[in-house]
Amino acid sequence: MHELSIAKNIFELIDAEMIKCGAKELKSLKVRIGELTAVDPEALRFAFDSCILNTHMQGAAIIIEEVALTGWCAECAREFAIIDYSNICPHCNCTSIERLTGTELDIISMEVF
Amino acid sequence: MHDIILEKKVMAKNDEVAARNRELLRGARIFSINLVSGPGAGKTSIIEKSTPYLKAAIGPIAVIEGDLETDLDAKRLSKCDIPVKQITTGKTCHLDALMIEKALPWVLEQKAARLLIIENVGNMVCPAEYDLGEEMLVTVLSTAEGDDKPLKYPAIFSKADVLIINKADLTAHTDFNIDSARANALKINPGLKVFETSCYTGAGIEEWTGFLSSVAINYSTTKSGV
Repeated sequence: MHELSIAKNIFELIDAEMIKCGAKELKSLKVRIGELTAVDPEALRFAFDSCILNTHMQGAAIIIEEVALTGWCAECAREFAIIDYSNICPHCNCTSIERLTGTELDIISMEVF
Repeated sequence: MHDIILEKKVMAKNDEVAARNRELLRGARIFSINLVSGPGAGKTSIIEKSTPYLKAAIGPIAVIEGDLETDLDAKRLSKCDIPVKQITTGKTCHLDALMIEKALPWVLEQKAARLLIIENVGNMVCPAEYDLGEEMLVTVLSTAEGDDKPLKYPAIFSKADVLIINKADLTAHTDFNIDSARANALKINPGLKVFETSCYTGAGIEEWTGFLSSVAINYSTTKSGV
């Protein structure tokens, strides 16, 4: 249940950003979670909702954008969807794969008053 | 109301501290590994069995031992005549870079340590997100588990440099298929270096420690004085 630690990280990052821009209230925040991260979106939502109880962020909505794994093959120079986490090119079967998306764990934006 | 674009890494703070840890260890010419697995896969036993070979090949070793509770593993390892620092995480299911940063002064006090082994909390999910500043991530899977585990916990296998399939002597008594486990792990991470070990018979320990020693020695000669 490391989603609680991650929710606390998000809380601290947002808190610092709110102070920076003089915001009093948080309406929502958007985060991006890649398929290959070990973060469960529902567990993160639950953990974040618990973190913001009785704080200036109480009531804020966390909007989670899930990102599927995609890769690029250095041999045949093609992009493709990575299925079942397989790091093997579906076109030429080589393993010179670069992951393009699916490993993100980012805060995208926040809506504040 | 304003919509403010942030585009920040959630793990930025951990990753910054991990980068500092890495620099500090590099400066001291200490090669570091992060050993992860589910509970009971045999991380502590692998350290016990590996240290005689590693000490002979690389030099003095220090161990950071992460557990939710107790210092039982640290006591076990102390019998191997290696310095051990216990980190008890309480309710936290993983080690993070800040915990390692706090333990690094202790590591640097250990005379002429050349290898730091960090034994993470037994957990296959959470440690995957936390870079500690190590040079090599070693994932351990035992034959008492399922050979489909790489597919169920892809994050920890995709980031690993080495996979140790431990308790290889038990395969006759389980449904675990070593070839399937290897194939499942390599599908996710074709660059993985895979070893099969048994801490009971000692099989495979020389191969694994030989590999680690050659990487660590090469590291200390190329990174010296950084």
